[in-house]
Amino acid sequence: MAPESAAPRLIDHFERGLQAPICLTWELTYGCNLSCVHCLSSSGRRDPRELTTAEAKAVIDEMNRLQVFYVNIGGGEPTIRPDFWELVEYAVEQGVGVKFSTNGLQMTAAHAQRIKESGYIDVQISLDGATPEVNDPIRGQGTFAGAIRAMETLQSAGVFGFKVSVVVTRTNVGQLDAFKAIADRYGAQLRLTRLRPSGRGAEVWNELHLSAADQRDLYTWLLAHGEDVLTGDSFFHLSALGQSLPGLNLCGAGRVVCLIDPVGDVYACPFTIHESFKAGSVRDAGGFTKVWRSSDLFLELREPRSAGICTKCSEFDACRGGCMAAKFFTGLPLDGPDPECVMGHGEALLASIDHAQTPRTDVDHSRGSSRRMLPLSVVSRACDESPVASKAMAL
Amino acid sequence: MTAIDDSSWDPTAKWGLHPMVAVRPETFGALVYHYDTRRLSFLKDLRLASVVSELDDGGSANEVLDRAGLSGADREAFVQALEMLSQTQMIVRR
Amino acid sequence: MHNTESSSVPTKEPEVEQQPVTANLLVEDVSIDGMCGVY
Repeated sequence: MAPESAAPRLIDHFERGLQAPICLTWELTYGCNLSCVHCLSSSGRRDPRELTTAEAKAVIDEMNRLQVFYVNIGGGEPTIRPDFWELVEYAVEQGVGVKFSTNGLQMTAAHAQRIKESGYIDVQISLDGATPEVNDPIRGQGTFAGAIRAMETLQSAGVFGFKVSVVVTRTNVGQLDAFKAIADRYGAQLRLTRLRPSGRGAEVWNELHLSAADQRDLYTWLLAHGEDVLTGDSFFHLSALGQSLPGLNLCGAGRVVCLIDPVGDVYACPFTIHESFKAGSVRDAGGFTKVWRSSDLFLELREPRSAGICTKCSEFDACRGGCMAAKFFTGLPLDGPDPECVMGHGEALLASIDHAQTPRTDVDHSRGSSRRMLPLSVVSRACDESPVASKAMAL
Repeated sequence: MTAIDDSSWDPTAKWGLHPMVAVRPETFGALVYHYDTRRLSFLKDLRLASVVSELDDGGSANEVLDRAGLSGADREAFVQALEMLSQTQMIVRR
Repeated sequence: MHNTESSSVPTKEPEVEQQPVTANLLVEDVSIDGMCGVY
């Protein structure tokens, strides 16, 4: 047998499609005890159609059959589901590793102990400011203290290497060193992700997304920290600034990742909860496997795509046109530049977009008025009532 | 990589998958995932995928490579590939 | 680990068929967090 001659690049394998996602995000519930201004899934109230415990276990059985190594569980706040720990433990028993994202408000010593005892459960605490003054206007009053308390609880139980997960915004981009110091203090690892105009994020994107100067500072900082700081490859559009950042530098939507939402709908990625990116449902005949392997949307996403005017750009190979979700929800064409294109091509196009006409998600579980077109200074007052005070929930 | 004598690469020793490692077959070879390090390796060759899966029940790494009929430059590459997998602790001595 | 598809792609690899298979051709290592869409 002759050896394969030309170097098969990972991207070629992705384009042909994998037998199953490498990892997938599963939002367990739209219910949340917080109402963060930038929530990518517009969470708040539970949806009566959410998967039952039995249905959720059937999904886990399917992941086991597909040999999905890892599932990223989120929400909403996943721990408000009364069967949360039952499902986590079921997944681990089936050989499916779990990382779950939580605001930490309900983290108890007993939970921390469970995490400590399992080598297959990883936890990610959300924090969007390195001080309450920066964090709480985004996540709600008292949430900084709540997140820190959860980190202390994990540390006391001997859980190390958990993640502190930060969405980088204009208001916290100056605190990168402080975030790193917090993660270091608790033996955790910092994870920075990009703000997307998805869900309620669309309402605050204009005020909170990074300026060109912020992006350059972030890029320099990320390069200096290498793989010590995780990013979920979410800043690959910044690789156009020079040296490539760690990661595949590739949009994984429908190719290596996807999202299962609380009602079982399957979307291309966690940032694309919109009818246009819905591939099917785990409740359909053939289940998740059929959606992954043969849905029209996913097959299309695995085809080489035209990149429009971006192909003329000297930096195209570095950024590949950037993030599909960021383009879509800012009203930009998918075959054009990212709204935060470091060459400035996106900004120019954005100026011609009427914000009122941009696509909005049709899946909104926000509590209270669903559409909040308020400046951040006003939005922050929507969190007057402390979410921490009303936290007693069944576990 | 910490240099613990017992884990250093030696093709005459017996090797096997790390207990926290899972392998998933793919059309191009296999994916190997380490639950501890959260690292993923792509085995981009079907023969390498079968060599790795046979390590556990075969003799030494060399014997497994013999049985796969690998020789010459190809064999060298396979030995190096196994060494890379040992450095990331995807495979460990048994 | 960085992606190998740099912007300065060599135009053509001569005599590709004669090139021996190398370890890097066989194994590629990435972090699972290094994939976009991992939330």
